[in-house]
Amino acid sequence: MPTLSILLVVSAALFCIGLLAALSRRHAIFILIGIEMMLAAANLNFIAFWRFAPQPAQPTGVMVAIFAIAIAAAEAAVGLAMVIAVYRHFRTTNVDQLDHLKG
Amino acid sequence: MSTVAFAAIAILTLAAALAAATLQKLMHAALSFAVMFVGISAFFFLLGAEFIGLVQIFVYIGAVAVLIVFTILLTRHDAEKVRGFNWSGVIVAVAVFAGLGWAISKTKSLSIVPQQIQPVTVQRIGELLMTNYVWPLLCVGVLLTVALIGALILVMEEKS
Repeated sequence: MPTLSILLVVSAALFCIGLLAALSRRHAIFILIGIEMMLAAANLNFIAFWRFAPQPAQPTGVMVAIFAIAIAAAEAAVGLAMVIAVYRHFRTTNVDQLDHLKG
Repeated sequence: MSTVAFAAIAILTLAAALAAATLQKLMHAALSFAVMFVGISAFFFLLGAEFIGLVQIFVYIGAVAVLIVFTILLTRHDAEKVRGFNWSGVIVAVAVFAGLGWAISKTKSLSIVPQQIQPVTVQRIGELLMTNYVWPLLCVGVLLTVALIGALILVMEEKS
């Protein structure tokens, strides 16, 4: 098995790719994809820390990961519904053009 | 034994994530997103959390990826105008990765190998959900109901 630090580096790389997608893309769906990626990286960290804990451990990491997945699913449903509502209203999903609050 | 498997899964996951973040065609990005979640589920299987791996496949590939594909089909998207790449996002992401990598490499207690574990059975997870974690379970149930009703109301046709 690899060591914990290698796993954490992989998870950090995944988080940063998600951050890159959320920050540098102009399309609303890409931003949601980036946020889901960051949540998945956090889940990977929970499972990794649980697996490398001194045994026998309570499966706390597993339980937290279950709840995180449920909350991520709810977030994805609401986010995509908002994308569709915004598209109906403005006829675009490019977040650069949604600047009506700009002074 | 699993070092080769670990390296292969890591490369697959990170490559799919990079593709999902940088591809121009939205549909290709959504499919790479699904491939990335297959890789993350493989990580969970490798780490001995089989139930989480299965849940991840069901929820993300079965529901979220399909939801994203439907949203792409429902919104006509003009080709994203190529106005040069947004370099500030790249700089921020690389800086965050450098910070995290520095913190990980500085922490001495992380270079440990895991011990043998008893597998976490579904029965144990169910017992814990019904005893120690019953309040979080109820809250998540309420949250999911509210989120789904809210999503439906958001996309309902407005009567004029």
